[in-house]
Amino acid sequence: MSAKINQWQNFSKGLLKESPTFSLILGMCPTLAVTSSAQNGLGMGLATTFVLTLSNALISALKSQIPDKVRIPCFIVVIAAFTTIVDLLIQGYVPALAASLGVFIPLIVVNCIVLGRAEAFASKNGVFSSIIDGLGMGLGFTFALTLLGIIREALGAGAFFGHKFIDGDGIIVFILAPGAFIVLGFLIALIHYFSAKKH
Amino acid sequence: MEYILLIISTILVNNIVFAQTLGICPFLGVSSKISSSLGMGAAVVFVITLATLITYLINMGILIPLHLDGFLQTLVFILVIAALVQMVEIILKKISPSLYAALGIFLPLITTNCAVLGVALLVIQKEYSLLQSVVYGFGTAVGFGLALVIMAGIREQLELVSVPKGMKGSPITLVTAGILALAFMGFANLV
Repeated sequence: MSAKINQWQNFSKGLLKESPTFSLILGMCPTLAVTSSAQNGLGMGLATTFVLTLSNALISALKSQIPDKVRIPCFIVVIAAFTTIVDLLIQGYVPALAASLGVFIPLIVVNCIVLGRAEAFASKNGVFSSIIDGLGMGLGFTFALTLLGIIREALGAGAFFGHKFIDGDGIIVFILAPGAFIVLGFLIALIHYFSAKKH
Repeated sequence: MEYILLIISTILVNNIVFAQTLGICPFLGVSSKISSSLGMGAAVVFVITLATLITYLINMGILIPLHLDGFLQTLVFILVIAALVQMVEIILKKISPSLYAALGIFLPLITTNCAVLGVALLVIQKEYSLLQSVVYGFGTAVGFGLALVIMAGIREQLELVSVPKGMKGSPITLVTAGILALAFMGFANLV
């Protein structure tokens, strides 16, 4: 029973308490670059979740084989392999998403969240817990990206997942780079504010 | 003239941090002091220029003739960049200990700077020639350094003012970066 609860905590920590975006401030490049619409945020989040879960699983399965001194290059090779798989899958099945995410799909390789979880969690824990950890962290990242995408799309284009709810344009700056920085800054400030109130 | 325009456009108009939002992690991490941001900027200029040159040559010379560029590009590039950073570190240590001491701690951080891999992949997507790629890489890296130094200057001042409790730390940094990005939008249509 206690193991079960443990896995649930392991899974849910990525969603808010140790959310990679809001509390650890990791993986900022894709967070800021692709969240110009909710759809892109969701797509990027799921692609990262895929890479994160599988690379966590493989790395924790291989952890006794990987020599300690060259572990980082080994992790990077594993991550790069899964990134290439997801890149080719997206190009093949969802070409529209591939066009809008562009260079940011191969850049999942250098997303610090993936390498960070490999180093901090998968290289020390069992395969099953590593998969759960990858899923939790990945979905936390997906949640953050989608939330950011929804806010930016609503303010910048007046739309929700591509469905327009106002006539004409929104405040265009919110779908450009400055909007990304400002919306994320205020979101993190809100989270700080509420978590400070709680304590 | 073409190359001068390319440099101006990569530094100011399409600034890697403010317009393309690449390399944000080191941008937020190492921009709290002007001196360390100068060191990081110099190390990045060095590595990006060299990495762009070498990955371009590998792509043209090995991957494309063997038809491997579709699925091995990401893997080969990241390994080349990681090895390059390590090599630069070793060579610098031997040849110029003073430069090594200045750049030393920033070099290992660069492997995970997505601007390096980003530029290597972008110049191939844009189908630039060798010289154009190197100039693009150099300009982008200088733009990154510029963004870092401007941000560090502002953050040193921010230390001295009182910021609302919830905004302390990363939120105020992000909002500042947003306002800077707005200012950089003024350079649009410059070239």
